[in-house]
Amino acid sequence: MTNTLHRYGDAESFRDDYIIFAIPCKGKNDEGSVEKLKTFLRICASHKPANMGNSQFGSYRPSQELKPTVHWSREVSVDYDAVIDAVHKAGTVAAVFDSSEKAEACLREVKEADLGLSVNVSTSVQGAKNLGECCGIQRHSVEYSLGFTDPHDHLPNSQVLELSTMCGHGMVSFNMARKMLDMVREGRRTTDQAVATLARFCPCGVYNPERAKRLLEDARTHQA
Amino acid sequence: MLIDPNKCVACANCIPVCPMGAIYVDPEINRATIDRDECVECGTCFRMSGEHLNPTMVRTFRKLAKVFRFRFEPEPDVCPTSAFVMDELEWPRIARRVFSDPLVEHKSTGIHGRGTEEVKTNDVAHRVEVGEVGYVIEFGRPGVGVRFHHIQTMTRALARLGVTFEAKNPITHLMLDKSTGDLKEDLLDEKILSAIVEIKTRVDMVQPVLDTVAEVAKHIDTVIAVGVSTRCDERGEDTELAPVLEELGYSFVRAKTNMGLGRVTNVQAKEEVSDEYAAPVR
Repeated sequence: MTNTLHRYGDAESFRDDYIIFAIPCKGKNDEGSVEKLKTFLRICASHKPANMGNSQFGSYRPSQELKPTVHWSREVSVDYDAVIDAVHKAGTVAAVFDSSEKAEACLREVKEADLGLSVNVSTSVQGAKNLGECCGIQRHSVEYSLGFTDPHDHLPNSQVLELSTMCGHGMVSFNMARKMLDMVREGRRTTDQAVATLARFCPCGVYNPERAKRLLEDARTHQA
Repeated sequence: MLIDPNKCVACANCIPVCPMGAIYVDPEINRATIDRDECVECGTCFRMSGEHLNPTMVRTFRKLAKVFRFRFEPEPDVCPTSAFVMDELEWPRIARRVFSDPLVEHKSTGIHGRGTEEVKTNDVAHRVEVGEVGYVIEFGRPGVGVRFHHIQTMTRALARLGVTFEAKNPITHLMLDKSTGDLKEDLLDEKILSAIVEIKTRVDMVQPVLDTVAEVAKHIDTVIAVGVSTRCDERGEDTELAPVLEELGYSFVRAKTNMGLGRVTNVQAKEEVSDEYAAPVR
């Protein structure tokens, strides 16, 4: 899940971005891990995550069964149970929280559940350290993002980067992030509609719709 | 990836969806078309929402709307006629899908996405120990893509430094020779969304490795994202890597932190662990 390591932004911009994920290790603790992964997700779901995913799809997902009326009225609903029920093999599962309080409560319960799976927190360096200390957990390992090296000037402006890098697998294209920024600025989409559109492209369910909403609101009046 | 010309209505909704910008409407045939050389087979277009509408009906409505200059603004992530077709790929093109579509598992490691556990499982796998530094050097991300020959330029430079390439990593599996960093030749022109080269060194090698990465990055036409990891001490502190990075002038505000809650539970692996600890006693 380097997928979540290189999100663009400063430490302050990660104040509402806490990703907690569980991962079994091949050959070490993957046997019988499916039920543990489901338990992890059930714990996460009880703490009101902003998004959740099972490496195949997230709580925001595309549909192949849309009716033409969708262009006038599209219901956005998140389905945590579908995410949990679809875990059928060892893999990474994740939940995104929009506050340290929710993340702390979740991590505390995950620790008590003692699942034996590796549990990681992806957020600011200090945010994760604080979270561990609050829950009586000492960090085992840490992987720092040193950011991007772009000597050939390929990357777009900071607003596009902040929105698109929330899917580290690159499924939220620069052009789609740019399009949503424009549509919100022009009043052609609400921030909620734009955020749901972006989140549906992230199949791991780690896109943070609450942070995206804040970024889009900011971008409405401040163009990069 | 293919677009069925009998279904496509040239609505252009898919154009901004493509992370590589590889889709365009060809004016000669009035259909969306994929630039096969730029397409990395990531499946993003294929996974768009769909309505399965009748293409003839949609084209008729679009023509009428055009006559009256009526602009219909559809949902931006919908292909109205579900025109994308995921075709069967053969080597070496299939490497594009394996490295670019996060839903496809890397057979070499059994892991989706970029196919590596990094330090996410370090509490049970012990990939990176105290005093060691793990590096995840990621190419093509975000949103630019990379060809394997660019990656090879880096792996060759790193090999000359004498680093250790992580065995359980998909790029390492594609190496012909770990001592030179050479990758399989027939792959070199293939383009992928991103890939990670993973290495490990002692702490005193941080500067030469990061300097090498920065220097090589100037000569390869893509973006590179670097992650560096280490194991914390018994108090949960990193007293080795962070000070070195600060001294070298790197800022690092975001991290992925392994909370150390994992343990070995597989029966066979548990036996191996107990044998390992028993060995010094014998």
